[in-house]
Parts: sequence; C-alpha cells; structure tokens
Amino acid sequence: MGMQAFLDVFDIYLLEAVINGILLGGVLALLALGLNLIFGVIDVTWICYAELVMIGMYAMYFMVQYYGVSYFVAAPLTILLVALLGAALHYLVIAPLLTAPPINQLLATGGVLFVLQSFATVAFGIDFRNLGIRLPVLAFGEMNFSYARLLSFLAALVGMVAVYLFMTRTFTGTAIRAIAQDRQIMALMGVDTKRMYLITSALGGALAGLAACLLVLQYDVHPFVGLSFGPITFLICVLGGLGNFIGGFIASFLFAEIISLGGLFSDLEWGYVLAFAFFIVMMFIRPAGLLARRR
Amino acid sequence: MMGQGRLAAWGLGLAALVALPFVYRDPYHLHILVLILIWSFAYTSWSMMGRFGLVSLGHGGFMGIGAYVTALLWNHLGLSPWIGIPISMGAAGALALIVGYPCFRFRITGHYFVLVTLALSGIVLQVITATRDYTGGSLGYTPNRTSGSKLLALQFDDKTTWYLIALGIWLFGIVVWHWVDRSMARYALEAISEDEDAAAAAGVDVTAEKLKITLLSALMTALAGAIYCQYQMFITPDTVSGIAVSLQMVFAAIVGGLFVSLGPTVGAIITILLAETLRIGFGTKAVGWDNLVYGVLLVLFIIFLPKGILGSLLDRLKPQRKVPRTNEQEAVQIARPGA
Repeated sequence: MGMQAFLDVFDIYLLEAVINGILLGGVLALLALGLNLIFGVIDVTWICYAELVMIGMYAMYFMVQYYGVSYFVAAPLTILLVALLGAALHYLVIAPLLTAPPINQLLATGGVLFVLQSFATVAFGIDFRNLGIRLPVLAFGEMNFSYARLLSFLAALVGMVAVYLFMTRTFTGTAIRAIAQDRQIMALMGVDTKRMYLITSALGGALAGLAACLLVLQYDVHPFVGLSFGPITFLICVLGGLGNFIGGFIASFLFAEIISLGGLFSDLEWGYVLAFAFFIVMMFIRPAGLLARRR
Repeated sequence: MMGQGRLAAWGLGLAALVALPFVYRDPYHLHILVLILIWSFAYTSWSMMGRFGLVSLGHGGFMGIGAYVTALLWNHLGLSPWIGIPISMGAAGALALIVGYPCFRFRITGHYFVLVTLALSGIVLQVITATRDYTGGSLGYTPNRTSGSKLLALQFDDKTTWYLIALGIWLFGIVVWHWVDRSMARYALEAISEDEDAAAAAGVDVTAEKLKITLLSALMTALAGAIYCQYQMFITPDTVSGIAVSLQMVFAAIVGGLFVSLGPTVGAIITILLAETLRIGFGTKAVGWDNLVYGVLLVLFIIFLPKGILGSLLDRLKPQRKVPRTNEQEAVQIARPGA
C-alpha cells in the first residue's frame, strides 16, 4: 500500500512539474525569440539582453508599487520603455561597430551589461523588491498552478504570435526577414537597412519588455536578476541554432522541462546545472544546433 | 630573441620590484600592489587564449573553481593548499577539456563559443550558490585559520611575504606568455585564428592546438583564483566567479592591450587603481559606481581604441618596426560567424 501511495503522489508532482515546465518554457521562448531576432537580422548578440529585462522589471516595480499605476497601464509603458532602450543600444553602441569584428560588438554589449547592472545598483540599491501582487493559485485536481505562470505563458504566446504576424503580414516585417537572408543585397534594392536595424532592435527590446512584465509577477527584482535567466537564454539560442526561431522555440521548452523536473528532485539551481550538462551532451550529438541548418 | 638592452631593463625592473617591500612598507599600498599582481596574472592567463581569437567568457568559472576547491579541501578535509591547489587546477583543467573538446572538434567559434563559455561561468556560479551548505552560498566563504604551520597552510599575515609570492606568480605568468610567444604553437594558433580551414589544410591539428592553449589558460586562471583566496581569506561567488569576473578579465586585457606581454598587467593597474580611486572618492556610496565607469570605458575602448592603451602606445612609438600581423589589426579577430 505504501509503495502505491508513494507512486500516486510522485506522479502528481511529476505531472505538475511537467506542466510548470511548459509554462516556464513560454517565457524562455519569448526571451530566446528576442535574442534570435537581433542575431538573425543584425548579426549581433546582445550579451546584456537579460539586463534589459531587469530594467523593465524595475520600471514595472516603480510604476505599480511606488506610483500606484495599474498593472495593465504600466505594462505597455514598460514595453515601450525597453523598446526605446533597445533602439538606443543599437544607435549608440552597435551602429558604430557594425563593420568591426563580431566579437567586438559582443564585448561592447558586455560593457553595457556592466553599465546596466551598476546603474541599477547605484539607482535602486541591492534590495530585493517585488510587486506585492499575490495572484491566486489554481487548483486542478490535486495539482496547484499559479495564475502568474499561466498568465505569463498565455501572454508570451500572444507576444510570439504578434511578432510572427508582424514579420509575415507587414511590409516592414518582410523587409526585415529579407535582410536576415542577405544583408548586402537588400541595401542595393532600396531598403533602408539602418532604419530596419533600428526597428528590429526596438522590437527585440519590446520582447524583453514584455518578458519583464511577466517575470516581475513571479520573481523579485534586484540588480543581478538578469544573471539568473541570461545564461540559460544563451544556451537555448545556441542549442536551437543562433537566429533559428523554431529551433529556439523547441529548445526553450526542452530546457524549461529539464529545469522544472530537475528542480523537482532538488533546488532550482541544480535544474540549471542539469540543463547545462544536457547542453554539453547535445553539443556532442548535434553540434550545429537542434535543427542544424546548412550555412 | 631578446636584445641585451631589453634583458637588462627587465632585470633592473625586477630587482626594483623585489626590493620595493623592504624599502617601502605602507600596508595599504602593498595590499593594492598584491591585488594588482594577482589580477595581472589572471588577466595574462586569459589573454593567453584571448590573443588568438579564442574569446572565453568562462574564465570566471575557472577562477571560481580554483578558489573554492582549494578552500573546501582545506576546511572539510584538512588538505593543505599545497595539495589542494594542484587538485583545483586539475578540476578546472578537466572542465576546460570537457567544454573545449566539443567546441573545437565541432568548430564552435565566434558568437557560439562566447555564449557557451559565458554559460559555463554562469553555471559555475549557480553550482557554488546551490551548494550553499558547503560553500556558504552568496554570503561568501572563509578558509579556516591554521593553528599549525603557516607555510603548510599557505597563510601569511605580513604583506611583504604575499607581495613576493604574488610577484613570483606574476613573473611566472609573463614567462609562460613569452614561452608560448616563441613556440611553434603560436604560429599554429595565429594561423587558426586567421583561417581555420587553411590552417587545417596546412597540417595544423586545429582541435589539439586549441585544446592545449585552453588547458594552459584554464590551469593558470585556477591558480590565480586559489592564490587570491589564500591572500584575501574570504571569497564570494561574485568576486571570484561568474560572468562579471569573466567580463572584468576581458575588459582589463583589452584596456591594457592583448598582443603585448605586459598589456594585461597595464590593464590590471588601470582598472584596479580606477576602482580604488572611485571607492575612496565616493566612500560608501561607491557601490556600483566603479562598475558603471568600467562599463562605459569598456564600450568606449572597443569603439575607439581596440588595440588597448599599451598596444596603441607601442604602435605609436615604433610604427615602422614590423608589419603588423592581420590578427593584430583589431582587438580580437575571431573566425567569421558561422564559419
């Protein structure tokens, strides 16, 4: 009897962890999409991507908690703010380095990571802060899911569909996709690549902003919060193949499941460690990414 | 290879450096000097592979392993750092090989390599934080004070001893740098950094050459971490491991100059003096300000002075001496993305 009861409980937790993994995967996929978009179009990796999210989380915190703005008013403002940050990052740092070796662009965004982290430390201190919004818990049978996660997952999906529609249904989106395929030719065909780069950067920023609005529901914000999901986003993008949207999407859910299931047996940090071990193994099996594309 | 004059200059400079603590004993200044020497060694270790276009952001991980493994072995098993340090270096080296082999074997270069190594240092930080029952987590960790032999425990109270140890380590780093600089490996690695396929076609074992330099670099970085831990007697995950430390290494090496042996040292002098000045200038409000200035400077350096301060200065002093190698044209030249 004892064994059977153990198995029942175990299965419930397992299922709960699997579903939580899927919910986590949604937000990770959103982050990976933003990073992949920037890489695919501009051929630059923003090392400081998670730090943009951190700034967005602070913006949400101050608007909602300090100035009493409604969450649903603050969210679009935050998305706009981080979108502007993304455009500024491109204009000030990436644009002057477009012809430099790719590694220099990457390191420059590493400098921006320092700047954003220490800016947050100087401006907001190192205290952990949270929105103070406690969303109810959804009980489903014997399993519990937080509304915050469910909401994040759905909003992330909506965000990704919106990007997909923008890329396929608008002229600007089509031009951006064309640039991703051939950088030189599109300039010759009369597309203003500088403007397209700025729009793409703003779009990447907007995705980081959306992720910030969703993550702030679940996690405390502090200057170094970017470090807790930045590295995992990079792993996802590499595993999916940098610039490969579908690969990134699949890899997000794979990683989220590993983290969630790993966290079931131990701490969340060990979930990350497992994810990294998985990543190393995958590099031996599929070195060019999950959906290796010929370059 | 070195001219008599240069050798004499090195000898004189070294003699002055060794004599310094016996003449000048201000503990604060000696402390700063020790820090500069230890970090110079760490930055030099990073630049061993960085100069060949192997830009690793994982060295914070190696440094963290060096520091934590040594301290953990001492506290939990009572193993002297004399044994603990080689073990910690071995651990860092093993990790470097495990991550490096698939990277090099399967031609993971450019953005991919940077992101993989970046994740590596992030993960080491996570492991140290996760094993908080042993490592103290983000609160930090202190090696136990020895009650027996100070030499056996590698714990010294006076700054002069530490200054001489740090000087020796630093000098060792410079010597290894020159040793690599004059070896065949350098030509192989330069060829690889310019064109991997061409180098392979010319008979260079790309994977083995890259692995060797990575291993060397990781071993030295772990040693730097262990020495730092023994000197400071207090380590936190954020000061010896993680992405911030990795970026700090890259930054200092680039500020000083990647392609000259003393470049990383100059970088360490500039960055540590800058951090100290800011810290004293701003007082307790300084938390974060030094890194803010760091970050802004790093961005400005990469945009305007990609060869670093010492590199650019040397170029200006002797513009005609040699034809610059193509891989010295920019701060770091790495295989083209996706190559």
